[in-house]
Amino acid sequence: MLEIPSLATVVSAAAARLGIALLASAFGAHAFAQQPLDALSSDARNWPMAPRDYANTRFSALDQINAGNVSKLKLAWTFSIGADRGQEAAPLVIDGVMYVVGPYDGPRPNQVFAIDAASGELKWSYAPKPDLAAKGVACCDVVNRGLAYDNGKIFLNTLDDHMVALDAQSGKELWVTKLGDINLGETITMAPLAVKGKVLAGNSGGEMGVRGWLTAVDQASGKIVWRAYSTGPDAETLVGGDFKPHYDWMKGKDLGVATWPADHWRTGGGTVWGWLSYDPETNLVFYGTGNPGPWNANQRPGDNLWTSTVFARDVDNGHAKWAYQMSPHDLWDHDEVNENILLELEIGGALRKVLIHPGRNGYMYVMDRATGEVLSADPYDTVTVYKGVDLKTGRIAPNDALAPVLNKTVENICPAPPGAKDWQPMAWSPRTKLLYVPHQHLCANFNASEVSYIAGTPFVGATVDMYAGPGGHRGEFLAWDPVKRAKAWAITEKLPVWSGALATAGDVVFYGTMDRLFKALDAKSGQLLWQFRGPSGFIGQPVTYVGRDGVQYVAILSGVGGWPGVVANAEIDPRVRNGALGFVGATQDLPLYTVGGSTLLVFSLGDAGAPPQQPAP
Amino acid sequence: MRLKNPLCATCAALVLTLGGHNAAGADPNVLRICADPNNLPFSDASGNGLENKLAELVAREMGRTVSYVWWAQRRGFIRNTLKAGLCDVVMGVPTQYDPVATTRPYYRSSYVFVSREDRNIDVASLKDPRLRKLKIGVPLFGDDGMSAPPAHALGDQGIVGNVIGYSIYGDYRDAAPPARLIEAVERGDVELAAAWGPLAGYAALNSPVPLRVVSIENTEDFAPLQFSFDISMGVRKGDAALRQRLDDIIAHKGAEIDALLKRYGVPIASKGAR
Repeated sequence: MLEIPSLATVVSAAAARLGIALLASAFGAHAFAQQPLDALSSDARNWPMAPRDYANTRFSALDQINAGNVSKLKLAWTFSIGADRGQEAAPLVIDGVMYVVGPYDGPRPNQVFAIDAASGELKWSYAPKPDLAAKGVACCDVVNRGLAYDNGKIFLNTLDDHMVALDAQSGKELWVTKLGDINLGETITMAPLAVKGKVLAGNSGGEMGVRGWLTAVDQASGKIVWRAYSTGPDAETLVGGDFKPHYDWMKGKDLGVATWPADHWRTGGGTVWGWLSYDPETNLVFYGTGNPGPWNANQRPGDNLWTSTVFARDVDNGHAKWAYQMSPHDLWDHDEVNENILLELEIGGALRKVLIHPGRNGYMYVMDRATGEVLSADPYDTVTVYKGVDLKTGRIAPNDALAPVLNKTVENICPAPPGAKDWQPMAWSPRTKLLYVPHQHLCANFNASEVSYIAGTPFVGATVDMYAGPGGHRGEFLAWDPVKRAKAWAITEKLPVWSGALATAGDVVFYGTMDRLFKALDAKSGQLLWQFRGPSGFIGQPVTYVGRDGVQYVAILSGVGGWPGVVANAEIDPRVRNGALGFVGATQDLPLYTVGGSTLLVFSLGDAGAPPQQPAP
Repeated sequence: MRLKNPLCATCAALVLTLGGHNAAGADPNVLRICADPNNLPFSDASGNGLENKLAELVAREMGRTVSYVWWAQRRGFIRNTLKAGLCDVVMGVPTQYDPVATTRPYYRSSYVFVSREDRNIDVASLKDPRLRKLKIGVPLFGDDGMSAPPAHALGDQGIVGNVIGYSIYGDYRDAAPPARLIEAVERGDVELAAAWGPLAGYAALNSPVPLRVVSIENTEDFAPLQFSFDISMGVRKGDAALRQRLDDIIAHKGAEIDALLKRYGVPIASKGAR
């Protein structure tokens, strides 16, 4: 039966939503203040930045769709992005308009689309002019993790290192700034963050010996305001008088040089390709840096600061306030670019302002976000290569028995190089007080045996063979209680869970699998409530919003790819286990489930649920 | 000297123009080569490289003309060119290079030490104690699971503080990016460089200052690292007929190929060299 609610019901539902929105922001780390983007975040109808809010919670206060009715979720409309490569972007929704970006592939690389978020009608699209050399010169995948919005402008990072500002109404190009150089191996894949009149973005390309940086660009002019490198002298890493790390071993002059041999910091990696979060109260932006280069560690004795490090920087000038290196002298390609969720948690009877960082190294870090002190660091996946984190010194203890040695195969490396969790962002629900962690569950064997060849230079490369961790599954969707420091529940998945997570006030959590299922679970119990078989595997970021018709929608891009998915879309031979730096071994069977794709899927309850757009009776 | 390479901007465009072809529809009168347009001494877009000349030799034997699909020789090179069916032969790969089917080898070279003749540095052994003092340049691959063999061997002996890495990828806007390593020796930025033989041999022919190029010795203790490699041509796996044809040409044109290698200054390693 079709239910047509009265206007009063609609209004009160809207009021209820607003109430929840206010409740959510009051609960959050900070009251969202007068800044426009904060205001957009506190209106639950929007999804104004890839992580939804500056705290990176990916929690929506919407509850039209809830645990009681999500089983009736139906496809509302779809849209083709036009490039069958890894679709990792989060759609943004501001005031009923959706903005989404495709990967750097096809006839229009990194094309941006503005779509009516209720009807699916295309309003405008914009195709950046690509650097012709980019595809041959860039090394790795061609994903884009999303756009940013602020003050009526859309901000796009292109793979070939340009930041573009567009008029959100018309799609007109306002300015283009070149931030890096593809000819040096630099690319940009991360979603930028708009904050206080600036847009922040960092580079990718650790595989090419690129030196990492985070850059702030002025929203109005497109001019670079500051750039903070991840390695090198204090003057370039913006480590100065304000810098007060919690642990002594990170104090000293020019540690970004002194913890490297000779000039190795110049090609030392530490790229910045993950997530940015921002705390308006302290004016700090938080992010993690990538692993050191080169991967083989015998050429870079020392801690290799500031790679695999979480930084807190003043957003106005980029000056570092504190830093914490998760994995000094990383041996395993364990970037620490993962998201940092900003929360207030009651720990030991006191309300603490914390930062939660799900380490690629397998540890869930709960840190004091004012000081960088580690309050707890617990393994959330199988870890063999480390023995734990010393909370007094802040040092992680490597398992020396598994250190790579040239002439022997090292087995049972857990987590494997992609880590226990890669870029795929987790969500936090203030209602259940749980973190929802999409992640992989992989171990690896290493040995040197494979003849390889780069740019006319032969060598014997490392064979990295990845496989399912204990239990035989390769992925997991985990609910983690950061106060109890324990798993609440977990759903195991056959393949790595490479999509982001979404949590809502309807007590539903969403994620997608590489074998083409988009799933809704009960946020409290983990019970599967609904699933949908999509056109291609999911590695995207689910979002939810309310369209101009007052209806709540859930959206996600379908299209497998990324590091684990190239076997399905990039003509890599699935029989060669060590392809894609070993990831093929772990996803050899992926082509049995999916090929590449490029479809935006948008769901609603349709007739079954909340009010469709109807004139008042 | 750093030469700007205006041609590389056209590389991707060239790939795109050929994108509609596949192996089945290829012109039988054309030998389609996958090559880097900016990687001398091996290949460049003007056809000045050793592998360009070799491609011409092979095509002539087959009664064909040469066409190129240009792509920077980095990760994804084989996948985006040969495996994508845009071209059929890669002129130089290590024998046993797994992503392709390789022909019989047509030369064997080794990693070498390069220094200025006027410095009179007679270091050849990886175990020479002077390696702890000399300022040494090595090729650096980035975060790709392994490093150039000499860089790795030096690191294994704790020789790092006096070692400078030169990115093999370099700046692609400059001509032949890997050559910065040899130029550092010419300028005196480093006293010794460990480089792949053909790169060093070619540089020595053209260097403004006389260079000394010697094969790296005493490599046995660093197995499974290898310092000498057989080099073959590569075709798509399963392309047996083409591989057989190339094998025949390599067998019958050995003298011409050797002469070509000599013209490019390629240091030839003995069969047993590791």
